[in-house]
Amino acid sequence: MSNDIRYSAFELIKRAIRPGLGWPKTWAKAEPKSSYDVVVIGGGAHGLATAYYLARNHNIRDVLVLERGWLGGGNTGRNTTIIRSDYFLEASANLKEMALKLWQGLSREINYNVMVSQRGYVDLAHSDGELEAFILRANAMRLRGSDVSMLNRDELRLRVPQLNLDASARFPIAGALVQERGGTVRHDAVAWGYARAASALGVDIVEQCAVTGFGMRCGAVETVITDRKKIGAGHVVVSVAGWSSEVARMAGIELPVESIAVQAFVSEPVKPALDVVVNFNAGLAYVSQTDKGEILLGGSTEGYNSYAARGSFVRIEHTVARAIAMFPFMAKLRMMRQWGGTADISMDGNAIMGPSPVKNLTLNAGWGYSGFKATPAVGWTIADTVATGRTHPLIAPFSIDRFASGALIDDAGVGPAPYLH
Amino acid sequence: MFLIPCPWCGERDQSEFTYGGDAREEMPDLDGRATVADWHKFVHLRGNPRGVHAEYWHHTSGCERWLRVERDTVSHAVTKARDTGVLPKEAT
Repeated sequence: MSNDIRYSAFELIKRAIRPGLGWPKTWAKAEPKSSYDVVVIGGGAHGLATAYYLARNHNIRDVLVLERGWLGGGNTGRNTTIIRSDYFLEASANLKEMALKLWQGLSREINYNVMVSQRGYVDLAHSDGELEAFILRANAMRLRGSDVSMLNRDELRLRVPQLNLDASARFPIAGALVQERGGTVRHDAVAWGYARAASALGVDIVEQCAVTGFGMRCGAVETVITDRKKIGAGHVVVSVAGWSSEVARMAGIELPVESIAVQAFVSEPVKPALDVVVNFNAGLAYVSQTDKGEILLGGSTEGYNSYAARGSFVRIEHTVARAIAMFPFMAKLRMMRQWGGTADISMDGNAIMGPSPVKNLTLNAGWGYSGFKATPAVGWTIADTVATGRTHPLIAPFSIDRFASGALIDDAGVGPAPYLH
Repeated sequence: MFLIPCPWCGERDQSEFTYGGDAREEMPDLDGRATVADWHKFVHLRGNPRGVHAEYWHHTSGCERWLRVERDTVSHAVTKARDTGVLPKEAT
């Protein structure tokens, strides 16, 4: 049975008075049928959002979401929950801007509190040269109508008083780009909320079911072979993050991506100490405080190919050193937990979305460690592409063809070295 | 974290090395005969195996030699490491 009650204060009070009523399961556990109009592989936030928007925007409800582990157990549950749209290149920025607008109304839309907190995102520059590049990016954002402000050191002292602005620091802070609409979203709730909303519209969700191959005919995918049964599919969406190369290979597609581990950590919980997301760019460390009070830290990739979803002490030390350089009070905190995820980073560091060389197979891959923030826009545009048969204009630039044609979208200007993105 | 058996320096911590990317594809000859598709394959398509991966590592904080290493991308176990140029006598 699907969950068709509407979460509200009234329902909460009703169950406080009569605890026996209980709460229905958040989403229904389904047994896979023999065929579906659309099979979405990957029960992360992207896949679940795709299924939800297929049902909600296009009335395509004969949809199956297949997950080999548990919902939101991959990069959806392993990221540092940051949302922002402060990108320089048009294609990147437009998609994240759409996502930011959808985030703002998402809790109401799916009747599930995803705890959107637009607490502000502060991106630190460490030299005059870097500041110049940030001003260029800020101007590009303004031209597109996005919110952004550039802060000098005095203004930054007022915005983030905890920051160490000592001019003699190893990597002194020259100023910052600030997007006040940026912030954080409860990542697990995004997977659960989309799963519940999709399930209520009739989407089947199956966990603990791994895809092992595809049945093809004349260059088109016809069936999805799983470790339980063969499932007929009118259309297949591959949305599997770190596993993208492996799953695409089953359909004969070689993706221009490499899988690389990225780690994140939380400290012991403490009282409210930091009410903004801050990113340190000399090396990489992005820091925020969770609602539970933990200081949440993420860093750069491990720097080499890996499917292990774990990393080295070197990278932990690297990230923590930068967090302490920003916020000296953090030196006294004890780290509580550490984890890793497998990021599928493409040859220009940007996502690969849209039709693939295989007919009826749509790709959503290559998001690396920057996909969470784009979740609602990815779901919306991929669903639109599948339903209409026309690539949504916002994702057209992210076609897999761009690597052969040379129309790359390299925001960082790094080149075809995923381990450096 | 793992150890890389440098043929010159012995087993050393990975943190002494700098990653140099995938070593599977050979660069096309610069004789003008390589097509755009050849270059696309060399520059962009890496295989990205879940298993044994051939890759370059530079022993930055050691002998400063470039090594060609075979490493499992799931267990991180290194099975082969040789110098990209001259082989030291003790290595096979």
